[in-house]
Amino acid sequence: MVSVIPVKEKKLIDDVKIGELPSWILMWDFTPKGIAGMFQRGYYKFFLTYVNVKKGNVPGISMVLAAYEFFNYFLSYKELKHEQLHKYH
Amino acid sequence: MNENLFTSFASPTMMGLPIVTLVILFPSMLFPSPSRLINNRLTSIQQWLIQLTSKQMMLMHNHKGQTWTLMLMSLIMFIGSTNLLGLLPHSFTPTTQLSMNLGMAIPLWAGTVAMGLRHKTKASLAHFLPQGTPSPLIPMLVIIESISLLIQPMALAVRLTANITAGHLLIHLIGGATLALISISMISALITFIILTLLTILEFAVALIQAYVFTLLVSLYLHDNT
Repeated sequence: MVSVIPVKEKKLIDDVKIGELPSWILMWDFTPKGIAGMFQRGYYKFFLTYVNVKKGNVPGISMVLAAYEFFNYFLSYKELKHEQLHKYH
Repeated sequence: MNENLFTSFASPTMMGLPIVTLVILFPSMLFPSPSRLINNRLTSIQQWLIQLTSKQMMLMHNHKGQTWTLMLMSLIMFIGSTNLLGLLPHSFTPTTQLSMNLGMAIPLWAGTVAMGLRHKTKASLAHFLPQGTPSPLIPMLVIIESISLLIQPMALAVRLTANITAGHLLIHLIGGATLALISISMISALITFIILTLLTILEFAVALIQAYVFTLLVSLYLHDNT
């Protein structure tokens, strides 16, 4: 499936078709500066849509804290597996 | 049970790679820098709190001591946010590690002492002898005062480590006890749960207080030496 606009010029994930997803991912800038730019853009995207709003409230930071907690649970899952209430471990 | 208690204090690793640096850097993401005159609510609340704390803490210093404002404010923000984030379940608190607290305490204390010795040599050496001591006691008192000076960074680091670690351990233990008691007797489980709630409230306070105490003591040492 060939698209009208070449893959090189598509920045957002909404414009890419599933068939060209691998080539789109390979198009990313994997230099340190590019990766730093990825994190920076992601951070500002989140910050501007959820925190930096006129009537921002608890959900802004609590989403971050919930994600942080899930991340920590994911990291300590191996030790916690033994404490679950299963009959057979 | 014995091994489980202390695994939460181990350095966090993700698939064998240590990510402890990322965990230490995470609280800085929660403090957005103000970009305008009037910011969003989160930034405004943080700005207000920082102004309140800095006025409260730096008023007692002279001009030379007030150059340390940035250092002390970032210190209290870091310790406070790290301790508070450590109260989330399963999270890793960097301030439970003695290595990190020593790394914070020793340079700051040494900085204040070095500053005092450099700018006000006579006055900082005079701190070794309190006023009005009888003459026979002088040698002993100098030794005691110098020991108390040298123990300051150790006390700073160990105080923070011990308080936070003890609090986390208590929460683990009492939480485990509550879970175990549910199947035995519901009433005692309820009492233990109330104890757990009170303990968690205490831990919130301790998290903030420890940050405050650490910073206050450093500023006190600074005051003595400027």
